[in-house]
Amino acid sequence: MTNETHLLNSVTELMEKASTMLPDDVHAALSRALEREPEGSIARDTLETILKSARISRERGLPLCQDTGVPLIIVRIFPGPAMFAVESAVREGLRRLTEKGVLRQNCVDPVTGRNTGDNIGAHVPQIHFLPAREATSIGVMFKGGGSENVSTQYALPHAGLGADRDLNGVRKCVLDAVFQAQGKGCSPGILGVCIGGDRASGYLIAKEALFRRLDEANPSPVLAELEEAVVEQANSLGIGPMGLGGSTTLLGARVASAGRHPACYFVTVSYSCWATRRARIELDDEGRISRWL
Amino acid sequence: MALTRLTSPFSPDTARALHAGDQVLLSGRIVTARDQAHKYLASGGKPPVDLEGLVIYHCGPVTVRQGDTWRVTAAGPTTSMREEPYEARVIRTHHPGAIMGKGGMGEATRAALRSEGCVYLHLTGGAAAFIAGRIAAVEEVHLLEFGRPEAMWVLKVEDLPALVTMDAHGRSLHSDIEHASQDILQRLLNTPFSS
Repeated sequence: MTNETHLLNSVTELMEKASTMLPDDVHAALSRALEREPEGSIARDTLETILKSARISRERGLPLCQDTGVPLIIVRIFPGPAMFAVESAVREGLRRLTEKGVLRQNCVDPVTGRNTGDNIGAHVPQIHFLPAREATSIGVMFKGGGSENVSTQYALPHAGLGADRDLNGVRKCVLDAVFQAQGKGCSPGILGVCIGGDRASGYLIAKEALFRRLDEANPSPVLAELEEAVVEQANSLGIGPMGLGGSTTLLGARVASAGRHPACYFVTVSYSCWATRRARIELDDEGRISRWL
Repeated sequence: MALTRLTSPFSPDTARALHAGDQVLLSGRIVTARDQAHKYLASGGKPPVDLEGLVIYHCGPVTVRQGDTWRVTAAGPTTSMREEPYEARVIRTHHPGAIMGKGGMGEATRAALRSEGCVYLHLTGGAAAFIAGRIAAVEEVHLLEFGRPEAMWVLKVEDLPALVTMDAHGRSLHSDIEHASQDILQRLLNTPFSS
């Protein structure tokens, strides 16, 4: 039986860790990138500042970025009343962390222009429940506004890019998205890409693809090859960390695919900044964290 | 690379002595302004503090109230380009010493920097905890009705490292990189790919 206090503590700890601690795979990728950039270059200085700031955040429990993002919560759970408890815990956890200065007030009513002040508003937070038979797991991602603004969706064929409805066309869209973003998405970034789907599912699947760790291979060899090619080519653009030049523009690309309508071929690119914030936990029967995923 | 100590507020002559690529260590009084504040200022709103010579910082900090004062827990830059429709007017009306943010700005701002003797300072996006550590005090806060991230925060900073990426002489590192990467992109788009 889920204990509501345990659940609230677990969810709050999950979100606090996600906002303040850079995932170890992202940290490792940034450290490797730093070694590639020449001594004394702006790119190396920038990566040093990034790693220094991430260390301060981790040590002092401070947000990795002042833009603490918009929460996306993915819950895998056996359908039942515990779903209501999870929803309440997420909302209360968001309020507490906002009060504590771990999260910024990032929810504005677009009609009145007023900031709700506690990260709760119409359709916010987004909590997606998926049915599961095994233990409950909760994943959270806090994605910032700057990186959302440079995320984009293409409909193929695309005459301007000479992009047809094939993987070469996908590659062209992805490179264009990286070019358009320049440093504005806080490069070096990580791309979540969805090939196919519809206008709505494309963005969600692209964002969810960012949950896959950088050291976890794509189960599809074809998509794995595409990921490798776009990262290598994007890094040859010379945009570099924060768009100030250098050979590290992307840390990785995570490509997923979804069935498409015969008339539609969407390529959706969800750009995540270097400060990619995501974390997942599994819960025991009482709502305590049994392990970090 | 030249390293210059800069104390805000400063004069247009100080700004003109800086060049794209220069590193500066910024101290003094700065003021945050982002989307709502820029719209307000550009549409004729009265600035709550005299902006002349000040560094205007594109930032929506994370703040915690502590009794009568405030503590800033994170204060990295936000994307400056969103203020492009407003910034030239703000510069020409209020004559700030510098605009500070991330990602660079466009042609209208570049022209205003040049005509008014102002520079664009770049900070590393996401380096929020590091930058917050260089904030010595929150001196004032205005326009809190815009919400805390959008309010104008007057901050005292000490030895904050920044990079001049757009100078008062018309040079923009952002534009240089964008043009160079565009040529490479064109080559990549024309390269066949098969898997």
